[in-house]
Amino acid sequence: MVGQHSVILMVVLPLLAAPVTALLPGGRSSWAIVMTVMALCLIMSLGILGDVISGSLIHYELGGWAPPWGIAYEIDGLNALMAVIISIVGTLVAIYAWYSVPADIPENKQPLFYAAYLLCFLGLLGMSMTGDIFNVFVFLEISSLATYALVGMGRNRQALTASFQYLILGTIGATFFLIGIGLAYAATGSLNMADLAIRLSESTHVQTIHTAFGFIFIGMALKAAVFPLHQWLPRAYTYAPITVSAFLAGTSTKVAAYVIARMVFTVFTPEYSRQTLFNELLMVLGAIAVIHGAVRSIGQTSIKPLLAWSSLSQIGYFMIGIGLLSATGLMATMIHIFNHALIKTTLFMAAGILLYQTGSLRIASLSGMGRHMPLTFAAIIIAGLSLIGVPGTVGFISKWYLVLAAVEQQAWWIVAVLVLGSAMAIIYVWKLIETLYFQPTTEPHDTGHIERTPALIIPTWTLAIACIYLGLDTGISVGAAEAAVNSLGLLSRP
Amino acid sequence: MIDYISSHWVSHYNYWATIVIMMIGLYTIISHTNLIKKIAGLNILQAGVFLMYISMGVVTDGTAPIAAEGFTIYSNPLPQVLMLTAIVVGVATTALAFAFVVRISETYHTVEEDELLFQDKLQSSEETEEW
Amino acid sequence: MSITGYIMWAMLTPLLGAVIISRLGRWPNMREAATLITATTLIGIIYRIYRRFQSGEAGELVVAEPIPGLSIAFSVEPLGMLFAIIASFLWLVTSIYAIGYMRGHHEKNQTRFFTTFAIAIAATMGIIFSDNLLTLFLFYELLTLSTYPLVVHSGTDKARHSGRVYLGVLMGTSIVLMLPAIIVIQTQTGTLDFTAGGIMADSVSPAWAITLYLLFILGIGKAAVMPLHKWLPAAMVAPTPVSALLHAVAVVKAGVFSILKVTLYIFGPDFITSTGADTWLIWLPATTILLASLIAMTCDNLKERLAYSTIGQLSYIVLGAVLANPTGLLGGSLHIAMHAFAKITLFFAAGAILVATHKTQVSQLNGLGRQMPFTFIFFAIGSASIIGLPPFGGMWSKWYLALGTVDAGQWAILAILMLSSLLNIIYLLAIPVRAFFPTTNHHISENIKEAPITCLIGMLIPSLICIYLFLNPEPFYSLARLAAQ
Repeated sequence: MVGQHSVILMVVLPLLAAPVTALLPGGRSSWAIVMTVMALCLIMSLGILGDVISGSLIHYELGGWAPPWGIAYEIDGLNALMAVIISIVGTLVAIYAWYSVPADIPENKQPLFYAAYLLCFLGLLGMSMTGDIFNVFVFLEISSLATYALVGMGRNRQALTASFQYLILGTIGATFFLIGIGLAYAATGSLNMADLAIRLSESTHVQTIHTAFGFIFIGMALKAAVFPLHQWLPRAYTYAPITVSAFLAGTSTKVAAYVIARMVFTVFTPEYSRQTLFNELLMVLGAIAVIHGAVRSIGQTSIKPLLAWSSLSQIGYFMIGIGLLSATGLMATMIHIFNHALIKTTLFMAAGILLYQTGSLRIASLSGMGRHMPLTFAAIIIAGLSLIGVPGTVGFISKWYLVLAAVEQQAWWIVAVLVLGSAMAIIYVWKLIETLYFQPTTEPHDTGHIERTPALIIPTWTLAIACIYLGLDTGISVGAAEAAVNSLGLLSRP
Repeated sequence: MIDYISSHWVSHYNYWATIVIMMIGLYTIISHTNLIKKIAGLNILQAGVFLMYISMGVVTDGTAPIAAEGFTIYSNPLPQVLMLTAIVVGVATTALAFAFVVRISETYHTVEEDELLFQDKLQSSEETEEW
Repeated sequence: MSITGYIMWAMLTPLLGAVIISRLGRWPNMREAATLITATTLIGIIYRIYRRFQSGEAGELVVAEPIPGLSIAFSVEPLGMLFAIIASFLWLVTSIYAIGYMRGHHEKNQTRFFTTFAIAIAATMGIIFSDNLLTLFLFYELLTLSTYPLVVHSGTDKARHSGRVYLGVLMGTSIVLMLPAIIVIQTQTGTLDFTAGGIMADSVSPAWAITLYLLFILGIGKAAVMPLHKWLPAAMVAPTPVSALLHAVAVVKAGVFSILKVTLYIFGPDFITSTGADTWLIWLPATTILLASLIAMTCDNLKERLAYSTIGQLSYIVLGAVLANPTGLLGGSLHIAMHAFAKITLFFAAGAILVATHKTQVSQLNGLGRQMPFTFIFFAIGSASIIGLPPFGGMWSKWYLALGTVDAGQWAILAILMLSSLLNIIYLLAIPVRAFFPTTNHHISENIKEAPITCLIGMLIPSLICIYLFLNPEPFYSLARLAAQ
């Protein structure tokens, strides 16, 4: 009974919990609800992923209305993996929040913070699970509105302007997405993704479809912060509370990247992208993003913007993987989405520990802190090496598949961009490590007792260990990605 | 020629109208520095989209999609339903945006974007930036 | 215990040692004892592996399989056996020397030093026993990372700058050049396992093979083939035992070892000669040999001169690999051993001079031979072995390398080898000559004494081995011969 309905429960549960949380008087009680909901969602998502890997697709019709009239949730490897990523990051960030939220958010705002956190979480889950394109828009807006509120709770007043800027751009993006849906509906009369896929390929309204695709892509690209629509992201990540940065870095842009992949591979079919040369555009944009993000990341003097720009660089990798339009390319993208969620969340969490210990995230004022905070520093090293793609870490697996996908298609310039991006990652990661460990301590700080707070170090280290373990045993990520590729009926690797 | 104009321009006049409305909205967002005017622009943009959907669902000689005796031709109800949702979303967005404007004007004492940026720049040059 | 069990312990022992050493920071004597015990244990384990290997036992140890079809696996082959013997033995020698040096020099962070040293050895063992390119690449990167703290040991601005060059060149080249080459090989051949005779012969066109081979020669930055050699002179800011580790025990040797391994077991010597890669690419190491010798002559800083000498000597080994005929490969493999013992003597001597006199420039050494006779005698032995003079071990490797060029009909390369040996005489032997027979009457302060006894022992052992290897170049000769065929 639950097994079948867990698909919808995962969305409904946080939705019901959110208003309850908001009405509770104190932060701790709302934290308990969030934690319970997240843990339940994690269990359900893992169950779904298990089902999907073993080969069964899940088709769930809301209220028993059959598509294309009703809303249907179609779960294949792609969504199941996304749901697991969101749940894992959501759960671990929730543990982290036990310490970080009271440190950042005033007591009377905490229930509201948790409510917004739940809404953001459910919006992202809904976006990745639904099989109805208008439903994607609704969940996109739910998660975006919650995100604006969360970002606006940052300590600095710049958080307000950063969030407002994000709100304007995000709403324009969502509106564009809505226009695209409308045009696709006009051309086909359907909103169900599977149904759309069939009707789009039969439709004769070529111009309408082109326009629809353009609007849908631009709308999602804004949310995914694809170059050149990325301006909002560094500011938003920088000024948001660290809890929010950690959660968003692991989930939000990735869900949008997933939607782009879904549009390209399921709804508009790879042939469509190839005919319109859209894949070339994606690869070029991705390549520019990889280099541009890395260059800007190198130039940063503070940890949060450094990580934010590095995220932009990674989004470029996603786009390249999608743009290659092959089974391996999609696999590489999904693996990289999974791995990068682990890596970036670890890094933001570790950065948070540094912040709570020293009160600063400027790299220069953190010199030598690594020696006083060995646990945090070790986590940063592990995640940093993963970000570079050193073998033995998860980062290597995703880089491997990306390069493999590019080599398969003889796209040598892509290979060059990929390795160049990794080489530049060495610079910005090492800048951090060198300052943290090998420079003399400049400012006297009372040495690391905060890093022994279980609520901070347990989630950080869970992810850090996962960075190593999943780099050696790739059954989960590669298995899920393979299931995803198989369920899409793409040709598997030669 | 007249055929062309009538088929591409006149018969699709609803699209042209919504495009004009959307462009007005977009232009307002980009050109104005006042945050409240930006929100107004956002609303105009969204209104354009609402109209586009609803006009799309119109069936010639159809009535409102309400079951009543004597009417057999209805407009397509689905776009209207979708737009109800979108309007709700739009209202929520506008409310949140106004809340931000209130907070911003409380802390910065201005809602002009260029002055906000100027103040941030001043602040970051005066004190060491914490972030 | 089976041979795979010993292989596992060869990697785990230094790692466990590192953990123990890091816990013993408060008791320096215990900590040093732990280092020596670990090093001795490792030698014992390597000896067991050698015995098993000689009796013909083989085995493969698979640890993990991160990517379907690609595993992290280990096994023993002759070349790895040769390198394992050298590395484990020289670790003990370097440890003895390092204890004297670090204490005599009052270095800070000694615990970190010995801990990371042990981790670096563990990574080296991983490279040595790797059974496929993926494993090799993994431990290659780990070696770079684990030696980084040693290079920046002093923590000064200069050391950090050198550390950046070190890491940037080594990791940059491996990721930008070597990794794509590995992936291309994987896609073309479907495997990365080291196989005698190579895996590429049927699946890659000659033009591609040359490109890939070039990517490896340049991508394995640890081999310091010009123009990617800058990191080695930059790393001379590190303490002398670290230089010994870099130049003799592990790092650069891991580089040329990787090139030899790729040549023997991925491309296959026959395939390389059939593509013509040997005639083209041989000029890369040949040019490096000549240029490095010329630059070394202009260096006044002793360690820098030795660094350029290493760059030149490494290219001898690369040259042996690129020649890709049995004699050349034999000479190259043998040179790993010969150069290791000779160069470690030279670096220990340089360190001893630094500890005793605080002098770093060659021009300051006039007449020092009277105060430090033993140090300079050892220095002369090491120099002579590197030059390839009898009766020292270095002669054999140079001999086979020269034979290899003759076999290949590369007369120009032979001329370069000989010219370079001449230059070696000038820039290396000139140092002890200057010390014993000063050209100008330099004022030498009277209170300079001979180097500490541990340093002298550290020099004595490898220089004796240099002589011994001339008389009996075993077991290295038979291992190299086995590898080359």
